[in-house]
Amino acid sequence: MAITEEQRPLELTTGDVAVTQPHPMGVFARPRTSTGWRSWVSTVDHKKIGIMYGVASFVFFLIGGLEALLIRAQLAVPGSDLLSADLYNQLFTMHGVTMVFLVVMPLAAAFANYLIPLQIGARDVAMPRMNALSLWVWLAGAIFFNTSWLLGGGADGGWFNYAPNAGVSFSPGHGIDFYAVGLIIMGIGSTVSAINLTVTVLNMRAPGMTLMKMPVFTWMAFITQVLLVFALPVITVALLLLTFDRLFDASFFDATKGGDPIMWEHLFWIFGHPEVYIMILPAFGIVSEVIPTFARKPIFGYPFMVGSGIAIGFMGWGVWAHHMFASGMGQMSVLAFSLSTMFIAVPTGVKILNWLATLYGGRLRFTTAMLFACGLVGMFTIGGLSGVSHAFAPGDQQQTDTYYIIAHFHYVLFGGAMLGLFAGMYFWWPKIFGHRLGERAGKWHFWLMLVGFNMTFGPMHILGVQGMMRRTWTYTENQGFAVWNLVSTIGAFILAVSILVFIANVALSWRKHRRNPVDVGPDPWDARGIEWMIPSPTPEHNFDETPVIEEFDEFWHRKYGHDERGRAVRIAKTEDIVQKGDATNVHLPSPSYFPLLMALGLPLIGYGLIFNLWWAVPGGVLFVAGVFGWVMEPSTAPEDDLGLGPATPSTDGSEGAAAELPEGEGGDAADASEGEAEQTEAEQTEEAPVG
Amino acid sequence: MADVTFDELSAGELPAEAHPTATGISNEKLSMWVFLASDCLLFGGMISTYLVYKNRPGEIEGLAGSDLKVSELFDIPFTSMTSFILLMSSLTMVLSVNAIVRKDVARMRLWLVATSILGGLFLGGQVYEFTEFVNHGLGFTTNVASSAFFGLTGLHGVHVAAGVIMLLVTTGLSFRRRIHPEAVEVVGLYWHFVDIVWVLIFTVVYLIP
Repeated sequence: MAITEEQRPLELTTGDVAVTQPHPMGVFARPRTSTGWRSWVSTVDHKKIGIMYGVASFVFFLIGGLEALLIRAQLAVPGSDLLSADLYNQLFTMHGVTMVFLVVMPLAAAFANYLIPLQIGARDVAMPRMNALSLWVWLAGAIFFNTSWLLGGGADGGWFNYAPNAGVSFSPGHGIDFYAVGLIIMGIGSTVSAINLTVTVLNMRAPGMTLMKMPVFTWMAFITQVLLVFALPVITVALLLLTFDRLFDASFFDATKGGDPIMWEHLFWIFGHPEVYIMILPAFGIVSEVIPTFARKPIFGYPFMVGSGIAIGFMGWGVWAHHMFASGMGQMSVLAFSLSTMFIAVPTGVKILNWLATLYGGRLRFTTAMLFACGLVGMFTIGGLSGVSHAFAPGDQQQTDTYYIIAHFHYVLFGGAMLGLFAGMYFWWPKIFGHRLGERAGKWHFWLMLVGFNMTFGPMHILGVQGMMRRTWTYTENQGFAVWNLVSTIGAFILAVSILVFIANVALSWRKHRRNPVDVGPDPWDARGIEWMIPSPTPEHNFDETPVIEEFDEFWHRKYGHDERGRAVRIAKTEDIVQKGDATNVHLPSPSYFPLLMALGLPLIGYGLIFNLWWAVPGGVLFVAGVFGWVMEPSTAPEDDLGLGPATPSTDGSEGAAAELPEGEGGDAADASEGEAEQTEAEQTEEAPVG
Repeated sequence: MADVTFDELSAGELPAEAHPTATGISNEKLSMWVFLASDCLLFGGMISTYLVYKNRPGEIEGLAGSDLKVSELFDIPFTSMTSFILLMSSLTMVLSVNAIVRKDVARMRLWLVATSILGGLFLGGQVYEFTEFVNHGLGFTTNVASSAFFGLTGLHGVHVAAGVIMLLVTTGLSFRRRIHPEAVEVVGLYWHFVDIVWVLIFTVVYLIP
């Protein structure tokens, strides 16, 4: 981090470049291009990092969805032996872990990365290279975790992986080792990201942007990051203990040697319940941006919206043991957690009422984004109500580990989080890629998804109450589960079709835009936040000028005033108040290869722990080399002080055809003379104050 | 009301030395604070695990493994001494921050090296202690309490070792670059945190029976 600072005089704003030193370590040429694949692997731009989070997590979404389809195919008819019981165990475990840690969390991180700096009027996140590091570490861990399929089979203990099933005696393969080490690696990435974004929100706000003028999405994402900061170390402890048990013969969760399986449950759920809010709060934030825009009303009860988010953030720590009512932990604990669980429904209810009140009396425009947002409000309410029904401990004793639970958490996580994230995709797509997704196909996507979703998970309520246990490999004909399981499987395939519609929509709208580019303008939805004040797609430097914030919904207040009857009247043309994106002489942090290098070391260490400790040596060397390269490399290369020319309105945000390769890399590596002064991040804060 | 360029923002409204951040604390320092907050929970989890497991061997009938408790082997005077050494390293850390704030690089190096020597002594004491325990038949896998003990103190030892490396790297870099005073301060934050955690571990694990 902030170790040293440059010794030569600053030559910033003049644009004169005194000394260029492209080979700070004598290994890598400083990456300088802003197009082509190199610009993506070396980028520190929060927007590119956000897009990469999104693309990677969507790929994992497809993998996890495929796993879900296999599960549903196995359960379609009674007595099926399409899959072996062992493979079935692996599939539902991998499906759960994939959807939680590799899809919903990183997809929310994609939005947080892309939008937080834009919504608070910042140039970038607080520490751009750290941001790249968190992406690569997460991706390395995610790929590492999925390679278990090729190296002896996936984890098979369920996503919460209770002892003793997680022990070596019941799961002798390497699947759970990959689970433990993979999640530790991903946890490192998520912790770095959470620290970075927490500091970004606290430190990088534009002048006038007080906490209570921040957009609701930024607020919810901020609460999410704080929850991550405190929740991740707890599961890291649990996973470390599990790793010690499985790889180094300890006995933390082995009851025959005095270990306590309940200890795992507590540690897991102390993380696991805040995790639930980590997954849902970003979606709440997205919906709180979409609904006011398409209702043309400010969000109802902004302080309550923020306050209920904070309340959820606090109370989320006091309800974890409601996952453990059946574990025999004692009357008083059950009573206390039962009560606190009922209470936490209150702030969530406040949010739902506020969304409804925002909709009430609004001039509603049912775009696809709005449909998905309303879908969240409806489906999450169903999931929330079935959730409250678990709070009653006697009822929960009957429901626990049945399909009723599966129905509940898919209603909150798919019907809540995923619908919200899709709403965000349709809403911010023009800002990110410069063109809209097709509305017609989008509506097909929404309705197919809504029908498929309810057909898949609605019947599970009934199956659960009938007594079908989760993780059941198969069932017999006379158990009476056949009809609803078949309906559920058909629903799952309708859901899959809706995802295909979405992919086709992305591909077709992109092709259409390439053939016949239509400028959507900075503000295609007549929206409210300052991220709509800059051109679409977002120029690399974000804002030409830092907006000075006076109101919540600043951009809206610049566009509209009120007449004497309190109705909104336009006071300024959008074209006059948006920024042009043509600033020059902007100081941006320079790309770097070292975050990627560091991240590559971690899975090698993971393989080393699991198979042969010698393999960890090159991993450790890579990691340490990455750290030192990072420290020695100036965070901002001197030649980059020149800044950017006008942002070209490229066709989309992804890598275009014209890849501009950097000039001869590493050719004169030897000239990295050692005494040369270099800059580090310490300086970056001083030079690029708000960005 | 006009928006401002970044140059105007940094040049005009703020004193030259101030960090132009919304909180007034630099990003690096705030990140370290947030990281330390996160690390509290890491140690919290490990300490809880030890407290849950420390009396298991010998109290529960019919457990596999040894009944030997780690508390039977503690050498409190010795560990008190190494704890004192670690606490004194906080003092030398403060002195090095004080030196660099006064732009006295030589003194800063002196106190940084002193801090890392004290940290190294503490680590040496831990290695000696662990070796003694193993010689008395208490290894990492002896029983659940010993696993928890070695896990907790080992995690702390790894933190101290990382701190010593950071101190030495900072000292080494000071020969090639100008060290930013705040860099030393941020390393110091980490170092003091590791010390404070040890105070907690020493009290909870060693002193409370």
